[in-house]
Amino acid sequence: MPETILVVAEQHAGKLNRVSWETVAGAQAIAAEMGWQVEAALAGNGIAAAAAELAGKKVGKVYAVESPALADYTPDGFAAALKQFITDKKPHLVLMPHTYQVRDFAPKLATSLGRCLIPDCIGYKKDGNRLLFTRQMFQGKFAADVSFAGEPPYFATFQNGAFRGDKAEAGSAPAPVETITAKVDAAAIRTKPHEWFKEAKQAVDLTQAEIIVSVGRGIKEQKNIDLAKQLADSLGGELAASRPICDSGWLPMDRQVGSSGQTVAPKLYLALGISGAIQRIVGMKGSRTIIAVNKDAEAPIFEIADYGVVGNLFDVVPALIEEVKKAKS
Amino acid sequence: MKILVCLKQVPQKDAPLKLNEAGAWIREDVSYEVNEPDAYALEEALRQKEKHGGEVVVITAGPARAQQVLREALAKGADRAIHLEDAAFVSLDAINIARAFAAAIKDETFDLIFTGLQSDDYGYAQTGVILAELLGWPHATIIMHIEKQDSGIRVKRELEAGYFQYVDIPLPAVLTIQSGINKLRYATLIGIKQAKNKPLRKIGLSEVQSAIGGNQIKIEKLYVPQKSKKTEMIEGAPAEIAKKIVDHLRNDVRVL
Repeated sequence: MPETILVVAEQHAGKLNRVSWETVAGAQAIAAEMGWQVEAALAGNGIAAAAAELAGKKVGKVYAVESPALADYTPDGFAAALKQFITDKKPHLVLMPHTYQVRDFAPKLATSLGRCLIPDCIGYKKDGNRLLFTRQMFQGKFAADVSFAGEPPYFATFQNGAFRGDKAEAGSAPAPVETITAKVDAAAIRTKPHEWFKEAKQAVDLTQAEIIVSVGRGIKEQKNIDLAKQLADSLGGELAASRPICDSGWLPMDRQVGSSGQTVAPKLYLALGISGAIQRIVGMKGSRTIIAVNKDAEAPIFEIADYGVVGNLFDVVPALIEEVKKAKS
Repeated sequence: MKILVCLKQVPQKDAPLKLNEAGAWIREDVSYEVNEPDAYALEEALRQKEKHGGEVVVITAGPARAQQVLREALAKGADRAIHLEDAAFVSLDAINIARAFAAAIKDETFDLIFTGLQSDDYGYAQTGVILAELLGWPHATIIMHIEKQDSGIRVKRELEAGYFQYVDIPLPAVLTIQSGINKLRYATLIGIKQAKNKPLRKIGLSEVQSAIGGNQIKIEKLYVPQKSKKTEMIEGAPAEIAKKIVDHLRNDVRVL
C-alpha cells in the first residue's frame, strides 16, 4: 500500500476556500514524485456540495467529516474531529493551506497527537527517500529545508501561492465521497464564536486598481507619505502601504496590502522602501510587473521584483515624478 | 488579572544577516530586538493590568543576550521576569519551546498568557497555540481587541480579506496578539531605574530538560533563496534611473 497524503481542505458556510486547490496541487505533485496517493477531507456541517466539488479533482477519496457541533468553526471542535479522523485513517502526511483558520487549529491538532507541524512552506524537495519542506526564515532573507523526525503522521502547511490552484489535476471520474459522523461533544467546545463582520465600509478598493504605489518602513516619517502620494497621483494610481505603516496610523487600514489586508493584482506595483518580508509579499505576488526601490540590496523584495533600484527613494521618487509628468504632458 | 507574556529576541529588522562559516546558521554578531508582535503583546498586557489590576510577568528562552528583552519589558512596567537561559533553547522546535515554557510556569497560576502571533525569525506562528494545548487551556489567535466580561473575556479575532470576528472565551486562556492592536509605549527613565530592582528568575536547561523531547522538525540547511524571477537592476543617477523607469513603464509595462 502506498503512503497516503491527506489534504485537509477549508470551507466557510459550506463554500470551499479556493486556496484549498493549491494544497491539492501540492499534494498531487508530491504524490507523483514519491509514489504516494492523495485523499482529501473537509470538516464542517452541511458540506456535501463542497465535498463533491473537491471530489472533482484527481484524489482517491474525499471524506466529509460532519457534525452539527462543527457548523461554526472553533479550534476545539475542529481539532477534536480531525484528531479522531486522523487517528483512525493513519495518513502518512497531512497537508493544509496556511490560512488564518489553519494557523488557529493545526498546531493544536498536531500537538494533541504529539506531533509538531512544519508551517508556511513554499515548496518541497525529494532527497532520496526523504521528503524535505522548504520554508522562508528571517522574513524571507533565507530559506530552509526542513525534515521530519520521529513517527508519522507528519503535518505541514503551505503558504498562499506556493502552488498554483489552477494546476490541481481533475479526475477522470468524480472520487467517492464518504461522510464520516464526527463525535464532537458540543459541551466540550469552550469558545463561543460570533458572526464574521467587516469594519466600517472600505473607502478604497485596491483590488480594482491597475497601478499601485506602495510604501513600507523605508518612508521613515508620516510627512514623507505625501511624496508617494504625488507619485501615485502622477501615474493615476492608488496609494497603498505595508502593515507597519497602517499600524502606525500613517495611512488608514483599507490601504494595507498583505496577508491580513487586501490581495491585489495590478498591472504595476511600485514598492517604495518595502523590504518584502513574507507577510508583505503574500498580498501582491500576483502583480503583473513589480518595480522595487530599496536602499538595501539584500532586501527580499528584489527576489520577486521585475525591475529593481538599489538606492535612496527620497532621491529617486522626486526625479521619477518629474519624468512621469513630462511623459504625460 | 495575572498575565504571562512570552517574548522572543530576534535579529533587528534592518540587520544585515549573513550565514556563518559552517553555513548552518546565521552569524550571531548582529543587533537584536524584541520580536515586534511580542512588543504589542506586552503593551496589551500592561494596559489590561492598568485597567483591571493584577500582575504582568514576562518570559523568554535563549542565551544571556536575550535578557535584554526582559529588562526592557521590566522597564516598561512588567512586574517580574523569567529567563530560560541557555543557547540550546534557540534550536528547539516549537513544541519543545512550548514544553519548556509549560514546565517553567508549572507552579504559577496565570489567568492569561499572551504571545505575539508569530516571530520575525522562524515565523512558525504556533508556540502560543501549542502552549494552550499542553496546558489544556482554550486559545484564540491573531487578536486585535480584548474586553473583560463577567465571566471570561471577549476578543476580536482578525480573519482574512478584511473580516473580523468576536469570540467569547473562558479563563484561563492563551491569546496570540496581532501587531497594531495598540500603540506601543516607551520606557521612562524612572521605569529603567526601577527595573533594576525587579525580580528576574533564571532557569537552566537542566531544570526543564525532562519535559523536552527530541526535535520533531529539523532544519537541514539554511541558505540564501534562489531567485525565482530575473530582476533587471536599474542603475545610475536619480534622473537617469527615472528616465529608464519611465521607458519601461511606456514600452514594457504599457501603463503610460
